[in-house]
Amino acid sequence: MIGIKSMGGYIPRYRLKRAEIARAMGGFSMPGSNAVCNFDEDSITMAVEAIRNSLDRTNAKEIDALFFGSTTAPYKEKQSSSTIALGADLSDKIFTCDLSNSLRSGVSAILLAMDRVGNGQSKNAMVAASDCRIGMCGSEFEKSFGDGSAALLIGNENLIATIDDSFYLDSDFIDIWRTENDRFVSTWEDRFIKTKGFQKIMNRVIKGLMDKCGLGPSDYQKAIINVPDFGTMLAVAKTNGFDPKAQLQHPMFDTIGYSGSAHPLLMLIAALEEGSPGDKLLFASYGDGAIAMTLTLTEQISSYNITSIKDCLENQMELESYETYLKLRKLIETEADRIPALPSSAPYMWRDQNYFTRFYGSKCKKCGTTHYPRHRVCYKCKSKDDFEVIKLADKKGEIITYTKDGLFPSPIPPHVQTVIELEGGCRIYAMMTDVKPDELENHMQIEMTFRLLHERSNFKHYGWKCRPLQKRRIR
Amino acid sequence: MMTPGNIKDKVSIVGMGCTKFGENWDSTADDMIIDAVYEAYEDAGLGPDDIQAAWVSVTSSGASGTTLANPLKLNGIPITRVENYCASGQEAIRNAAFAVASGMYDIVLAVGFEKLKDSGLRGLPSTNFSDPAIAMGMSAPGSFSLPWAYFFENHNVTKETLGKIAVKNHYYGSFNAKAHFQKAVSLEKVINAPIIAWPLGLFDCCPTTDGASAAILVSQRIAKKFRDDYINIKATSVSVDSVIPGYRPNHEFSGWPATRIASQECYRQAGIKDPVKDLDLIELHDCFSITELVTYCDLGLCTKEEVKEKIDSDFFSLDGEIPVNISGGLKSFGHPVGATGVRMVYEIYKQIQGKVEPQRQVKNASLGLAHNLGGYPQVASVLIVGTE
Repeated sequence: MIGIKSMGGYIPRYRLKRAEIARAMGGFSMPGSNAVCNFDEDSITMAVEAIRNSLDRTNAKEIDALFFGSTTAPYKEKQSSSTIALGADLSDKIFTCDLSNSLRSGVSAILLAMDRVGNGQSKNAMVAASDCRIGMCGSEFEKSFGDGSAALLIGNENLIATIDDSFYLDSDFIDIWRTENDRFVSTWEDRFIKTKGFQKIMNRVIKGLMDKCGLGPSDYQKAIINVPDFGTMLAVAKTNGFDPKAQLQHPMFDTIGYSGSAHPLLMLIAALEEGSPGDKLLFASYGDGAIAMTLTLTEQISSYNITSIKDCLENQMELESYETYLKLRKLIETEADRIPALPSSAPYMWRDQNYFTRFYGSKCKKCGTTHYPRHRVCYKCKSKDDFEVIKLADKKGEIITYTKDGLFPSPIPPHVQTVIELEGGCRIYAMMTDVKPDELENHMQIEMTFRLLHERSNFKHYGWKCRPLQKRRIR
Repeated sequence: MMTPGNIKDKVSIVGMGCTKFGENWDSTADDMIIDAVYEAYEDAGLGPDDIQAAWVSVTSSGASGTTLANPLKLNGIPITRVENYCASGQEAIRNAAFAVASGMYDIVLAVGFEKLKDSGLRGLPSTNFSDPAIAMGMSAPGSFSLPWAYFFENHNVTKETLGKIAVKNHYYGSFNAKAHFQKAVSLEKVINAPIIAWPLGLFDCCPTTDGASAAILVSQRIAKKFRDDYINIKATSVSVDSVIPGYRPNHEFSGWPATRIASQECYRQAGIKDPVKDLDLIELHDCFSITELVTYCDLGLCTKEEVKEKIDSDFFSLDGEIPVNISGGLKSFGHPVGATGVRMVYEIYKQIQGKVEPQRQVKNASLGLAHNLGGYPQVASVLIVGTE
């Protein structure tokens, strides 16, 4: 059987209350909040976070394929999955592929990963989906979009859930779109797209799957129905004979918003985290047609103790204002944008990408001092070229000292700069992110996170910052 | 490692010049260089045709010896540009002194200058990312504020303690006709100023400033031909730490190793046993108030345990045990990076000659120390000058 070996979700820490959007932009207020990327996050960094959250049971080096689905890849030309593979410290003997432009790109990636495992090309095919779409200021989309990412490892042994069957439909339908030059998402009038688009296709795909599997709605413990709005979700559930209260998977629209291509995977992970062995799940997702699957949870789910979605939902920090959201999203120009930056260098970044992007350090074999970035001559014992390369990204640490720097350009000043010490004694000058200046204190526990550092010379520089150590419920 | 030699009393300074420091909108870098150097020529009683070689210090507003050759028209002599972060100015004097001490030249020129205000930036250009990959995100006040936690937690240092340093330097600067700021400030104003990088507020930070300063160095054996009240180089040292200090395991941010190493070496060369007793005045690198506090300890003027009490008891004021930054310091005099080290020697030279404003004149000064600190911070220079 083919199925899911491990899973990880990631939801950015910031939440923007929908009431705050209405306060600033007018219009009707809605309950709930949207998850919002920090200014140093994008679809690539969030995908790396989700993959890292999914890797407790599997060595990153055993992954042999990576499919990345998103409608908000940071580059139009240059593959995101290659950067993600580097940030997540995957092997370079790996097949990577981006799927783009569709809200079902993440679910399509699952099918492709299954094909690859099925034909023997892959043993551990990683699927990551990530989105940070922007609704026009004051629009309904702005009130309903959230940011997030999810990762599923597809394989054929040690499965927590088997994927028993799938059914899919294609549809060329003008519902939600962005042209090459659009920053914001466009849509047609909602009654048309909900009735003739979402509902019609979803009803067909769910019926098609159940017919193909010979199953009825009562055979499923949970129905994960992923469409961009809650009303349609309810209508589709009812039409297909599901009890919304007992069977419908919570869509998280109130807590994080609708996170595009990542959303179906996030809902699936949440369902798996709450499920029991033997549970059958119906998983159906809309986007340029639809894809539906039947999954069955295995015995292994009971010993699978990662709760990344719950952790992320709890580890939240309210954005103080809509104006801060505008700054995070660069929807307004700030003073920080006007300060000229030094140029960067592609060879410079390439030469030491193991250190900068994979976040390796060098450990002196003679005296044990760990350096970051690498030092060929040890600054403690001066031995030359006598070090082993070690991975630092998963190490935790503590703050030695810090400054709240108001002069250094930042979209949300003050910029927090720290000196940290990682487990094993490695000192690093690290920028800090996802932290309220007021919660800072010396000896605070931290962990490392993959972020967009800057865009000098018009290309993206990814690297590592520290953030407050996140509570993990079970580990 | 062998102990270095000694340059004590081999090289003399017989003429110095310094522009008004400040927002010199009406001057080019060339104008300031000409003004500082011709003041030094006049002070020494010589002219451009006497200069055999020159050193020029600038960090971000010029490059190469041509920055001196073009304005001064110096007959095709050797001119070398030196740069070592905020220690650059002292490097110009130090390398000029070595050339004279070697016997190669008898009369040389050392110039430091910086034209920061033409950049359009608030703060130094390095406030942006220093490294494309690590993108170490710190402004100058950010990196220099890092010892704050140590002194706050262990030695009762408060924002008020730091504020007193700024008040002192503003007070002496108020009497200095060439200072950038010539205005005293109240402790209340310093403490309540907007925060730049916690805990440093606006008045804890030195300004960005334009300025130039120049020195004529000659062999000690001919110094008397120029004037009787010349001063001698007593000691010079630079220490460049082998790593940004905080990378070193166990570094506790209680001070900066480069200052300790450079000052101990200079005390050895000059035969100084107790800097508080043996020195008459100190110009130290108060780019930020906390840096002056840290440097008191690193120069051995007091211990970390004592530093708060010493500041509270005016130990470092004109009437205290050891006058520090009676020029107004970088805080009040300004900090055109490449010029500052030369400017500090100008201050000590004028103090020893008894030629500064009476309100801030140190009585019977004969030996002074200048200190600079630069980078994150990783580079320190110390120079001691005095009478025969």
